[in-house]
Amino acid sequence: MNNTKKLASISEFENLANRCISAKSKDIAVISVCCGTGCTASGALDVLARLREEIEKRKLDTTTDTLFTGCHGFCERGPLVVIRNLKGNKNIFYQQVKPEDVAEIISETVLTGKIIGRLLYIDPTTKNKIISEEELPFYKNQKRLLFGSNGKIDPTSIEYYIAIGGYSALGKVLTSMTPQRVIEEIKKSGLRGRGGAGFPTGRKWESCRKAVGDSPNSGTLHTTGYVICNADEGDPGAFMDRSLLEGNPHSVLEGMIIGAYTIGVKLGYIYVRNEYPLAVKHFSIALQQAREHGLLGENILGTDLSFDIKINRGAGAFVCGESSALRASIEGRVGEPSVKYIHATEKGLYNMPTVLNNVKTWASVPLIINNGADWFSSIGTEKSKGTMIFSLVGKINNTGLVEVPMGITLREMIYNIGGGIPGGKKFKAVQTGGPSGGCIPEKLLDLPVDYEALTQAGSMMGSGGMIVMDEDTCMVEVARYFLAFTQDESCGKCTPCREGTKHMLKILTNITKGKGREGDIELLEEIGNMVKDTALCALGNSAPNPALTTIKYFRDEYESHINQKKCPAKVCKSLIKYSVITDKCNGCHLCFVKCPEKAITGTAKKPHIIIREKCVKCGICFDVCKQDAIKIE
Amino acid sequence: MKDIFNKYEKKDENILGLLEDIQTEFNYLSEENIRKVAEAFGVPLSRIFGISTFYKSFSLTPKGKHIIWVCSGTACHVRGAPKISDRLTQLLGIEPGGTTPDNQFTLETVNCLGACALGPLVVIDGKYHGKMSVDKIEKLLQDYK
Repeated sequence: MNNTKKLASISEFENLANRCISAKSKDIAVISVCCGTGCTASGALDVLARLREEIEKRKLDTTTDTLFTGCHGFCERGPLVVIRNLKGNKNIFYQQVKPEDVAEIISETVLTGKIIGRLLYIDPTTKNKIISEEELPFYKNQKRLLFGSNGKIDPTSIEYYIAIGGYSALGKVLTSMTPQRVIEEIKKSGLRGRGGAGFPTGRKWESCRKAVGDSPNSGTLHTTGYVICNADEGDPGAFMDRSLLEGNPHSVLEGMIIGAYTIGVKLGYIYVRNEYPLAVKHFSIALQQAREHGLLGENILGTDLSFDIKINRGAGAFVCGESSALRASIEGRVGEPSVKYIHATEKGLYNMPTVLNNVKTWASVPLIINNGADWFSSIGTEKSKGTMIFSLVGKINNTGLVEVPMGITLREMIYNIGGGIPGGKKFKAVQTGGPSGGCIPEKLLDLPVDYEALTQAGSMMGSGGMIVMDEDTCMVEVARYFLAFTQDESCGKCTPCREGTKHMLKILTNITKGKGREGDIELLEEIGNMVKDTALCALGNSAPNPALTTIKYFRDEYESHINQKKCPAKVCKSLIKYSVITDKCNGCHLCFVKCPEKAITGTAKKPHIIIREKCVKCGICFDVCKQDAIKIE
Repeated sequence: MKDIFNKYEKKDENILGLLEDIQTEFNYLSEENIRKVAEAFGVPLSRIFGISTFYKSFSLTPKGKHIIWVCSGTACHVRGAPKISDRLTQLLGIEPGGTTPDNQFTLETVNCLGACALGPLVVIDGKYHGKMSVDKIEKLLQDYK
């Protein structure tokens, strides 16, 4: 299969595709191991290595194959192992697999077809053990169009991608669609920018195509314009773009090549966060393989299309996810945004027509070309079409990446897919849109997830972070956290954002420290609305959102911090005290041993006492007490 | 240093990549290296200095032997990351961003490492330690001392 001969025509590509399909549909069992960042951090690579050793030792390599894959999404239960194509079984989903389990998986499951009960997922409501991936509540309620292939392909091998129909959309476009026809199709599909703003992709492409002019694809690399993939995923708590690049890089690449053909440009850039080394590695391998196969470079598949892509790594500046700052950063300057009197589609990177789209937007393009605009627009709501990937994190049972049709309610996502809140705690809010978004309270849980509905609630779609908070989360502290983030990341170019966020943070910090004053809430609202209206870029325009929405929906929490000097969620250190519940304390002495400040006294088997003057409120005693005898008030 | 320099064509769009490689190789950007980059690309020293201080990945002072990242992404934050970094500050005697006087540890908070299922998350020298607690962190630190 190691045929790296450059494909010189569409028919040569089709031959290769047929060979890939038959090579990958051999009748042998495939054990795929999720090697996304989450599973790798919990030991997936060791599991994979042990599997390979065991298969070699038992000489099973003709009947059993292993597969290194990207993120499957169900991070909570990692490392994940899925066995497919085993005789008599659809597929078997094992979770929290350890290297020690490997020998048994081979001897029991692979050789004799027995299922190992302890590695199965147990449905928390029905207590049933679930065997196959498709039946898991976590996956069952999703619609995994972009993400579904992640578990089935090796992201470092182009053959796997081609075997599942990869690059056939490019073939279709090059043989039977004019650029105008592609633009019509994308417009008709209703695809909107997945980076958060939701601008119609087809319209963006159309206006850039016009700006490129009558002689697209002519001249040198730098004389037409550019396409850019924005993979500077900076929102804390969001990692779906990374997982897509790590798990299925060719899908993003194929989207970009189709974009280049349609818009008529010869060079593309992908701007990736430097904190994502695996994504950079997998995308670089994908680029290399695409070049070797003639899918990138001069005369792609023997046609007139020439296009190549460069990788630029970010350097840890959140503001560079903003399109004009990102362009400045690619040009080798400080990543400051600029005023957008002229659209980037006319004068963008190096003052040339530029289309910048998010990772998920690019990856949606091949799907639309292959399945048609009508199919895509049949999914979702009136104005928001297709699916969206969210990272569902925070105080939630099933942390992971979920792909859902637009229009699903927040409640369905949090309870049916996410499995609700851990520890029987009460739901308080869900934060969408990262530091630019807002907190949505329980009464709005039946809100459909689409661009307009979220904006109306004071939040936004953003790039897809969804952080669930329970009753133990202090909303004032959360607002302070986000303002600390945006204040730190503010580039300092425009005054409203530079000064406004600083003052908002100061007021919020004072409130959490018990130094809040009457009038602080109104002042926060006043400054917030001013920053929103006057800041230069989207970072500043949206920075006040976390504060403004928490005031709107959780004003009582602000008031009790300011008026009663109390933190209802018992989070803000300055407003809480730790003490021992004498009736419950059995004098086990554990807290005495663990307290780093020696702030606990007492003799064995007698109730202990916390010396308030010495206590630094680190919370260790609360964590270690087995009798629940420490209270926070 | 020569190898890193030769990797890149001397075009402005490669400045960031080059500085990143220098940072990775030497753990910081020395004045000497910043001067070299400015000279090689034919741009004012002030511009390279501006870039070096604007982007978070770069440091103008050497970092410690072990680099501790406390993930302060939202998911880790609501699961108690501030308590972990407070405890580390207490144990090491340095604030986030600081390096211990013996140059053994640098403590940093990072925005999000995208392993939210493991939160609160601490990464030491690239190794992930998930579901951290104020109690466990002290033991973990001992392994690196």
